[in-house]
Amino acid sequence: MSDTTATASHFHAHDDHGHHDTDHKPAFFQRWFMSTNHKDIGTLYLIFAIIAGIVGGAISGLMRAELAQPGIQYLQTWTTLMGGAPDFDTALHMWNVLITAHGLIMVFFMVMPAIIGGFGNWFVPIMIGAPDMAFPRMNNISFWLLIPAFALLLGSSFFSGGTGNGAGTGWTVYAPLSTSGSAGPSVDMAILSLHIAGASSILGAVNFITTIFNMRAPGMTLHKMPLFVWSVLVTAFLLLLSLPVLAAAITMLLTDRNFGTTFYDASGGGDPVLYQHLFWFFGHPEVYIMILPGFGIVSQIISTFSKKPVFGYLGMAYAMVAIGVVGFVVWAHHMFTTGMSVDTKMYFTAATMVIAVPTGIKIFSWVATMWGGSMSFKTPMLWAIGFVLLFTVGGVTGVVLANGGVDNYMHDTYYVVAHFHYVLSLGAVFSLFAAFYYWFGKMSGRMYNEFLGQVHFWLFFIGVNVLFFPMHFLGLDGMPRRIPDYPDAFSKWNSLATHGYEIMAFSMIFFFINIFWSLFAGKKAEGNYWGEGATTLEWTLSSPPPYHQFEQLPHIGDDHSH
Amino acid sequence: MKTLKTIMMALSLAAIPLAVQAQEAAPAATAPAVAAPAAADAPAAAPAVSAFEHRAPEAEIGQPIAGGFKIQPQVTKLGEDAQWMHNVLLMPIITIISIFVLLLLAYVMIRYRAKANPVASKTSHNTLIEIIWTLAPVLILLVIAVPSIRLLAHQYAQPKPDLTIKVIGNQWYWTYQYPDNGDFELVSNMLPDAEAKKRGEPRMLAVDERVVVPVNAVVKIIVTSNDVIHSWAVPAFWTKMDAVPGRLNETWFKAEREGLYYGQCSELCGARHGYMPIAVEVVSKEKFAEWIRSKGGQLPGEAAPAAAAPAAAPEAATAAPATDAAVPGTAAPAAPVTSQPATAQN
Repeated sequence: MSDTTATASHFHAHDDHGHHDTDHKPAFFQRWFMSTNHKDIGTLYLIFAIIAGIVGGAISGLMRAELAQPGIQYLQTWTTLMGGAPDFDTALHMWNVLITAHGLIMVFFMVMPAIIGGFGNWFVPIMIGAPDMAFPRMNNISFWLLIPAFALLLGSSFFSGGTGNGAGTGWTVYAPLSTSGSAGPSVDMAILSLHIAGASSILGAVNFITTIFNMRAPGMTLHKMPLFVWSVLVTAFLLLLSLPVLAAAITMLLTDRNFGTTFYDASGGGDPVLYQHLFWFFGHPEVYIMILPGFGIVSQIISTFSKKPVFGYLGMAYAMVAIGVVGFVVWAHHMFTTGMSVDTKMYFTAATMVIAVPTGIKIFSWVATMWGGSMSFKTPMLWAIGFVLLFTVGGVTGVVLANGGVDNYMHDTYYVVAHFHYVLSLGAVFSLFAAFYYWFGKMSGRMYNEFLGQVHFWLFFIGVNVLFFPMHFLGLDGMPRRIPDYPDAFSKWNSLATHGYEIMAFSMIFFFINIFWSLFAGKKAEGNYWGEGATTLEWTLSSPPPYHQFEQLPHIGDDHSH
Repeated sequence: MKTLKTIMMALSLAAIPLAVQAQEAAPAATAPAVAAPAAADAPAAAPAVSAFEHRAPEAEIGQPIAGGFKIQPQVTKLGEDAQWMHNVLLMPIITIISIFVLLLLAYVMIRYRAKANPVASKTSHNTLIEIIWTLAPVLILLVIAVPSIRLLAHQYAQPKPDLTIKVIGNQWYWTYQYPDNGDFELVSNMLPDAEAKKRGEPRMLAVDERVVVPVNAVVKIIVTSNDVIHSWAVPAFWTKMDAVPGRLNETWFKAEREGLYYGQCSELCGARHGYMPIAVEVVSKEKFAEWIRSKGGQLPGEAAPAAAAPAAAPEAATAAPATDAAVPGTAAPAAPVTSQPATAQN
């Protein structure tokens, strides 16, 4: 991305004179609780996402512990600890609460806040040469809406959700399990939590679209924007168009539950499958919402550490646009076994496979970006290369699942679990760690520890592969998703997967040590600590950037190479 | 730690029969009652009919294989076609693509590391290669799409059915109705672990009432639900169909090999989603007729000599209500216990 190269000295000149208050920060409470500064809000989002990630990750640890061997080992203990009745069905309900919470927390409270709210907020304005987001106070409310949303979701586990405490509907909240199948206030709380988190994301999307369209610095045309900004722009449109559909779908769930409507109840003229259509009309774009900013991040990092501009910049940008557009017309491949007509199934099979084309363009362009480069393998680059490899693995199993006729076997088995964890847990999460190490010095002003970072990467890489690869085997052998106990034949791979989780969890110790060590004792970060490969605007600023950057807008020149 | 585990284990095992009892006594008290006596009291109600000998499971077919890493053996033509599509077409393609990307990454990481290539090129375009890597995936996808669409067409081209079975999902058991055979109903509950072990069947998969179908017959399956969404799945048939309340979904299979084939509910349906397995027993035409009669049904075209039996069943149900029905583990063995020697017939 040398096209966005701007001369660093040029901006520092402006930062340094005249505006003596550019770095004047408000007092603690005002700064962190009433913040309108995009960088502070980004930091808040990241802290929030790390906390939610710890909760969601701990829940998956509980799940892996229970699945380590056949039989029910721990569920009853946990149920009693949570104040539930010690009987068997309540314990099994607890399992469903765990899988539901894990899914919802990781999607809505970890990946989305981190990748869009965190890194998007921090770097989209800087990368386009803007002083802040277009609507700073709306930015504030976007973040603070997440707190009650998260509180409602966590709180829901203490209220009745039918067979036991907590919402045990799965993150998909399918009716009628979520309506007539789950009495008690718990599911209402979970639904309201989704409403609020959705509202937060819609406001955020409006903010990003407005910022990117209106606040680009002079000379920063759309076709010169860094790919991370492109990815957030596409993501924001996906959010804006899909979340209202989710809001409508779950509002109808609420009225079905509480006010006697029958949108999803066949006995009153409704249809349970209608809910699935509405949910997946949101849900499929949602998976691209989680991965597209990761695409952008990986493009920036690979370019930086190869010291080369991104290969096929326009192809990369429009591949993301294409993925976003096609992502809206493939949703029913999540519903291949609901009893669709053969024509519908054929259409969704064909449409889904089309997505592999722009995705392939992206994979090959990343490799081509590295080709001929002068590569160094710092921690962010390791995560980015790991992303390319593992996302490919997750992508190709997606092509298998796209075939409606073949999916009949894999649908709702661990094969699907393996697939979406390869694209999300090994895709989106790898891009999150890549971004975190890449920008940590820029955000905090101190460098992370390279050794700890590399140990974290390699252990995590081994751990998640040991954790998720055997799930392909389990799925092919026929193991259904979302069960706390399984026929003994599945025990070997489940036991191995749990060991993978242990390795992964162990690696996270290095991550947290690294954060604390670096914040207190890390080397002071220079403005552009990655050197000549890092060409986007954030590297023209100090680390951390001044509280208000670009009070005089930078001018982006025409010295681009493509 | 280990003792704690053992205790937890024991507690949960102890809780299963209790849980089964609690569930059945409440909402479905009458439904299981119809079937359980049918099995247990069959000799009494219709003394002319001998107990049906169920077959024992086989290790490598019809159930997951311990430590298995591939698709379960298929016993339907459609299943074999789809398995071919996966094993011969999709698997090799995705493996080659993954290894190709891995090798590309390994190559660039070695060849273009800073030490080996200190000065980076500034190449950022090559129209030809961009066209190639756009068209190559398109061609690969076309190679996949043609057989994929054909497979879908075959799956929906149902021949004239020889037998129709209505499958109804309930929280948390399956009921089966045989409308062509006197419309009798079976209630199929999972066997408790101890009982499954006693019968030499895999735990979590064994049921008290199997679906029995004739070999080489086109079986039409109509699937629906009484409460929430379930999904009726038998991996060895490549069959999976959601049971949606208020909808009649239809699928079919034609099993070409006698045997016992297990499946599990495949849509989250509440607490005991993992505890409502499916077992389909494929038998010869003669055995099927024998089984139908043992259930008090009749073959199409036959008169209804056994009409007395289904009538007797509900009576038995009222006479011996919750006790019989509530403990399928103890009530149902009556028939299968005698059938244990059936292992020999394999």
